[in-house]
Amino acid sequence: MTRNVTITFQNTEEARPIIEAIEADNQNATAVVMPAMVKIDCPGRLIINRVTVEEKIGRDWDLQELHLSLISLAGNVDEDDDRIIIAWGS
Amino acid sequence: MSENPKKLNLKQRYKLLTRGLDWETTYQPMDKVFPFDTFEGIKIHDWDGWEDPFRLTMDAYWKYQAEKERKLYAVIDSFAQNNGHMGITDARYVNAIKILLTGVTSLEYAAHRGFSHVGRHLRGVGPRVACQMQAIDELRHAQTQIHTLSHYNRYFDGFHDWRHMYDRVWYLSVPKSFFDDAMTAGPFEFVTAISFSFEYVLTNLLFVPFMSGAAYNGDMATVTFGFSAQSDEARHMTLGLEVIKFMLEQDEANVPIVQRWIDKWFWRGYRLLSLVAMMMDYMLPKRVMSWAEAWEMYYEDAGAALFEDLERYGLRPPKYADIATKEKNRLSHEVWSIFYNYTHAAAFHTWSPEDNELDWLSEKYPDTFDKMYRPRFDYWREQAAAGNRFYNQALPQLCTTCQIPMGFTEPDDPTKICFRESVFKHERYHFCSDGCKDIFDWEPEKYVQSWLPVHEIFKGNCGGTDLKDVLKWYHLNDGVDNMDYEGSPDQRLWAEWTANRSKAAE
Amino acid sequence: MTLDIKTSGVEPRRQTFANVARRLGADKPGSRYDEATLDVQPTENFHYRPLWDPKHELFDRSRTKIGMADWYAFRDPRQFYYGTYTIARARMMEAQEKNFKFVAKRNLLSSVDPAWLDKVRAYLIPLRHYEWGANMNNCLMTDYGYGTAITQATMFAATDRLGIAQMISRVGLMMDGNSGDSLGTAKEEWLHDSMWQGLRHMVEDSFVVDDWFEVLVAQNVAMDSIIHPLVFQTFDAIGINYGGAPVSLLNEFAVDWYADSRRWVDALLKVVAAESDSNRDQISEWIRTWQGRAQDAFKPISEHVLGDGAAQAMDVRILELHARLAKIGIEF
Repeated sequence: MTRNVTITFQNTEEARPIIEAIEADNQNATAVVMPAMVKIDCPGRLIINRVTVEEKIGRDWDLQELHLSLISLAGNVDEDDDRIIIAWGS
Repeated sequence: MSENPKKLNLKQRYKLLTRGLDWETTYQPMDKVFPFDTFEGIKIHDWDGWEDPFRLTMDAYWKYQAEKERKLYAVIDSFAQNNGHMGITDARYVNAIKILLTGVTSLEYAAHRGFSHVGRHLRGVGPRVACQMQAIDELRHAQTQIHTLSHYNRYFDGFHDWRHMYDRVWYLSVPKSFFDDAMTAGPFEFVTAISFSFEYVLTNLLFVPFMSGAAYNGDMATVTFGFSAQSDEARHMTLGLEVIKFMLEQDEANVPIVQRWIDKWFWRGYRLLSLVAMMMDYMLPKRVMSWAEAWEMYYEDAGAALFEDLERYGLRPPKYADIATKEKNRLSHEVWSIFYNYTHAAAFHTWSPEDNELDWLSEKYPDTFDKMYRPRFDYWREQAAAGNRFYNQALPQLCTTCQIPMGFTEPDDPTKICFRESVFKHERYHFCSDGCKDIFDWEPEKYVQSWLPVHEIFKGNCGGTDLKDVLKWYHLNDGVDNMDYEGSPDQRLWAEWTANRSKAAE
Repeated sequence: MTLDIKTSGVEPRRQTFANVARRLGADKPGSRYDEATLDVQPTENFHYRPLWDPKHELFDRSRTKIGMADWYAFRDPRQFYYGTYTIARARMMEAQEKNFKFVAKRNLLSSVDPAWLDKVRAYLIPLRHYEWGANMNNCLMTDYGYGTAITQATMFAATDRLGIAQMISRVGLMMDGNSGDSLGTAKEEWLHDSMWQGLRHMVEDSFVVDDWFEVLVAQNVAMDSIIHPLVFQTFDAIGINYGGAPVSLLNEFAVDWYADSRRWVDALLKVVAAESDSNRDQISEWIRTWQGRAQDAFKPISEHVLGDGAAQAMDVRILELHARLAKIGIEF
């Protein structure tokens, strides 16, 4: 069985385009909204593309800006300049 | 210098700016410069095998952290200016954050100092820098909690001498002994305990659903520091996972050592979080999810995925995780009952849950609540109404390991209190569970040192033998900070304030 | 106009935490610095002795020969707690980032006399290892130190020094077109070039000192007071003759940082020396030892840059330290 990876954000204006980008790039992602937070689950693997976020906000976006609204995650993180991948398995 | 500098990506840049700062010493032996990173038996052959989680250099660190701080303090200021404490659902809620300030803030501080120790004493530059960043982050968490809850301290009781209480009050020895245990261990055990077992596996249970609950109850200040801290925590969790993988990859002989630590620290952390179970199920007037639901989401699902992923290294899920899962439908009720018994010696209030709250608990715990706990609470409520609010006058027996009063039940019989014991050097020691007994049996020399609050009271080390003397020694204001919420100054003032407010609104 | 302030009858019941009120002598509002700092470190009833140091408690006053009736007698004049610290550094870094950009965009290093630039590479880039050593030492003070007032300042100093080590590395990358060659060369020199061995020897010796206050005096007073002013002021001033202004821009953070660091270090020494003669004598002794070593250790580097002027430049810095410490009652 493929286990979910998870990423959770604050429910803020800054996080919204990131969440939208995740939804756009990860078809199997599901978002659960709770007070002040949004938890996104996705089977096996989830990607955040810098370019997708930049398209949503119309400016350059540094992946490290993610830290401003991130709450939690589950999965192995692989980060480079263009994307972050969270995945189970190596 | 070059006209056309090579473009560096994040990984390369981080590596150049950070790796290689260290060197193999020659004028002093490496083992003297780093005296503590070998005695635990963890074998590291190649410190460069360390993969840096989230490659933050100091420039980026200052930039993003300053931005977080500016935002957080703007919220704290506006919360104070607007009398934000008046916007919470009910003043009973405040008791949960009293536990947070007296019980958790000092843990953040302890983590700050503990990671400074590890950040100095591991010999690889990669893990050291990661630990140092966590060290300064944890100082942030302690200080932002103090600043946020400072406003509550101005209006409510029980916050006023939080650090003094952490060093002395009986139930605060539960969190304190937990962190003292980790800090007094070697550096690899510390990181396994805190970064992996606690941060990665367990703290989501405290900081995610509980903080969401704070928001739901109108406490915008607490949720802001909580989630702002979590944004650092996400980095720390990644460090926790990386540390485990690093140790396991370095040498097969590390696997059983790490496994033992994971077994120990899972159970130790889980017992500590039983306080959070109580906070979630009983102390939030509006509830987001039950402890059992949070356990399922954050341990059963997320933990299963994690340990499946770690199987390839020869690691198995923590011992006694199945017991924790068995206990999920009773944990919060048992702990709330313990504190209901001993509220006369605590710096927060307890109360009889209201009807709608009892109904919520019945719904969330269909197999256990009506059968085992509701009748107990009904009875206590009747007795309180008749003027016989029950306070247990006998000092409780404490578990030598987790230091919680021995009120937990047998894994397969929730009606029978669980007792375990061990004899060490002709002395008998008592435990609440097999998990706590195992931990003692692994390292009895360590746990015989425990500063057990009840023993210390009997030894005369806590201001006297009378409860009043002990409370004074705790700096706990008798009749104000303690006892039932009903009739407390907090409750009377809250009633007055809300009445004035509704009058003003008319 | 009359100002009618409607209150809802919600008056604060206390102004600050009890521990802060006890120290202020009354229940009056405590500053954010006070609340975040005072008494924050646990002091008693520790549960277990450290496996790695069973002779001491987790937090233990006896880890230094310095004695203080109250370790919170020191207050950081900068009032730094995490928030004020990070925001202050983010501001400094923003200015520094502009300097980096300014120099890079115009390729200003190419306007510096090549012989001088080579000298800069030789004296500056290996210092990233010195800064890393300072990071380790401040981390040790944070580990073994007593009282949040001091250990938070040393924590901030630790991350400052990592930051400066990284900034020096960036200067190197700017010089070598991001190949990292300059960093490799500098490490070779740090490890093997005789010019650096005295300094490295001293730094390594400081790593094995157990008394955290001695480490503080050795690193943050004795070594820094020679090395930072010489490198970032004296050497830099000479560089102006060789078109070295762009280098000054790249080092601005380090210059500002040193002025900032001196503020809290001096305030700390003043309070500790005033506490007792034995504290004062002990600090003097440590300064004599480490200052002497720092002079000798840095002499070859200073000579490499300043030639015959090295001795005089060193004397200036030593006199400066004498004057600075005399003001706070310490002779050495």
